Amino acid sequence: MRLSSLQYAVRDAFRSLKRNKVMSMASMATVAISLLILGCAWLLVLNTQYLATTMESELEINAYLQLDVPRDKALAMKKQLESLTGVAQVTFVPKEEGLKLLEERFGKDTDLLKALGGNNPLPDMYRLKTKEAPQVPLVAEEVAKIQEIEKVRYGQGMVEKLLALTNWLRSVGVVVIIAVGLAAVFLIATTIRLTVFARRREIGIMKLVGATNWYIRWPFFLEGMFIGLTGALIAVGTLHFFYSELVKNIALTINFLPIMTDKAMLYEVYQYLFIIGTALGAMGSAISLHRFLKV
Amino acid sequence: MIQLFNVSKTYEGEVKVEALRDINLHIKRGEFVFLVGPSGAGKSTLTRLMIREELPSKGQILVDNRSLLRMKEREVPYFRRKIGFIFQDFRLLMERTVYENVAFAMEAIEAPSSVVRERVPAVLELVGLKDKLTAYPHQLSGGQQQRVCIARAIVNNPLLIIADEPTGNLDPDTSWEIMNLLLAINKRGTTIVTATHDKEMVDRIKRRVIALQNGRIVRDEERGGYQA
Ligand SMILES: Nc1ncnc2c1ncn2[C@@H]1O[C@H](COP(=O)(O)OP(=O)(O)OP(=O)(O)O)[C@@H](O)[C@H]1O
Ligand SMILES: [Mg+2]
Repeated sequence: MRLSSLQYAVRDAFRSLKRNKVMSMASMATVAISLLILGCAWLLVLNTQYLATTMESELEINAYLQLDVPRDKALAMKKQLESLTGVAQVTFVPKEEGLKLLEERFGKDTDLLKALGGNNPLPDMYRLKTKEAPQVPLVAEEVAKIQEIEKVRYGQGMVEKLLALTNWLRSVGVVVIIAVGLAAVFLIATTIRLTVFARRREIGIMKLVGATNWYIRWPFFLEGMFIGLTGALIAVGTLHFFYSELVKNIALTINFLPIMTDKAMLYEVYQYLFIIGTALGAMGSAISLHRFLKV
Repeated sequence: MIQLFNVSKTYEGEVKVEALRDINLHIKRGEFVFLVGPSGAGKSTLTRLMIREELPSKGQILVDNRSLLRMKEREVPYFRRKIGFIFQDFRLLMERTVYENVAFAMEAIEAPSSVVRERVPAVLELVGLKDKLTAYPHQLSGGQQQRVCIARAIVNNPLLIIADEPTGNLDPDTSWEIMNLLLAINKRGTTIVTATHDKEMVDRIKRRVIALQNGRIVRDEERGGYQA
């Protein structure tokens, strides 16, 4: 294709965009809405994943010893625990310290020991950290096998729940996106069909003077792609604005809530939205041209 | 230039219409030919076959030594570039200026824009419309619109021009101007085939006349008149 032909195609594409202003804008809006939903879902998934990993990294295993294990034996277990695969750090928490921690939690002026009649009911405990978060359940299982260990506790359930939520969000997101994406494609196809209809005389004359099929098709393709791209632009702009605001507000108010601010990851999402928008546009055009432009 | 061998065209429908029957015809390069005959005789059908808008039901058609039946779909655009068309109803684009209507035909065959900018005004000057470049078709008279149509037909330097009643909607004086324009184009070597009902014109110009009736050639005369 010649450069000047591309120029003609671009000019014709914009000409019919202007002619079909209302329809064009409606299709742009649908693309924008579908991409906005996609973008929101995507960021939500990224954030739950981010939350899951930050929580996991703070996870530790608490291994409570049997009450009747003597102190020297208890201290000797450290070596055994350290030798387990995946274990990064092992700390011994004697029951005296455990009681102190408990008292701190209840309030400065409580004397738990007195309240309990001078008997400390707590067991000695080991606190373990793993090298990687996913190893937590495995290590916990290994530790539980040791005879002197009464029971093992870790953030059971929390991580699994978060990951399950991510998966659920992802599948719901996929369904919603497919539905809205289809609507966008359909609307673009309708817009292009209207353009083809508005230009059918022109197309007829073009054919008579010897225009090739591709020459006739190009402006319609460009039109669809432009609609998709503009829709994506609106979606990305809106998404970026609101997400930045959200990040700012969370940092100010509920700053313990981890939120993903990785620029590279955000830009990747935006980039994909642009690609998907343009692809939706091209798809809409292709459907319409295939059905209504038997050239 | 154009050769038809035993060409028939039947329109299948609720009633079968035999629009053309067993046509044999040879039009040489540089000829000026009138197609005459009563309404429904098959003149328009014949012109449509020549530009491969339709294919014949039977027979063989060669244009510029190429068989239109054996031509592949994707070769058709390139074939059409050798032909200019003129219609009774002009078929101009109403929302485009005179200049754009002519430029459009060059753009469609992917001519570089520098060539378009040079050639379009030159051709419009040739047809006598050099001060109407920015007018829209509805601002022109019928004769002027037909001149735009002629400019569009010749702008790509066709070997052949096919016209279906080019003066059908015009008054006698204007018809005469348009016909003179076509004769001038013919003088420069372009083959011209014109379907017409204009008796006076045919009698005055005295060129080859092919008369159709009921889909058959009933007369083919060098320097003929409208009637035998
Ligand atoms: N697309 C078509 N489908 C069915 N019948 C057709 C079609 N086109 C033409 N015909 C028939 O073929 C015959 C020849 O038509 P054609 O248009 O070639 O005549 P014509 O000589 O051009 O007439 P006119 O002088 O009125 O323009 C007519 O009977 C017409 O009804
Ligand atoms: Mg006719």
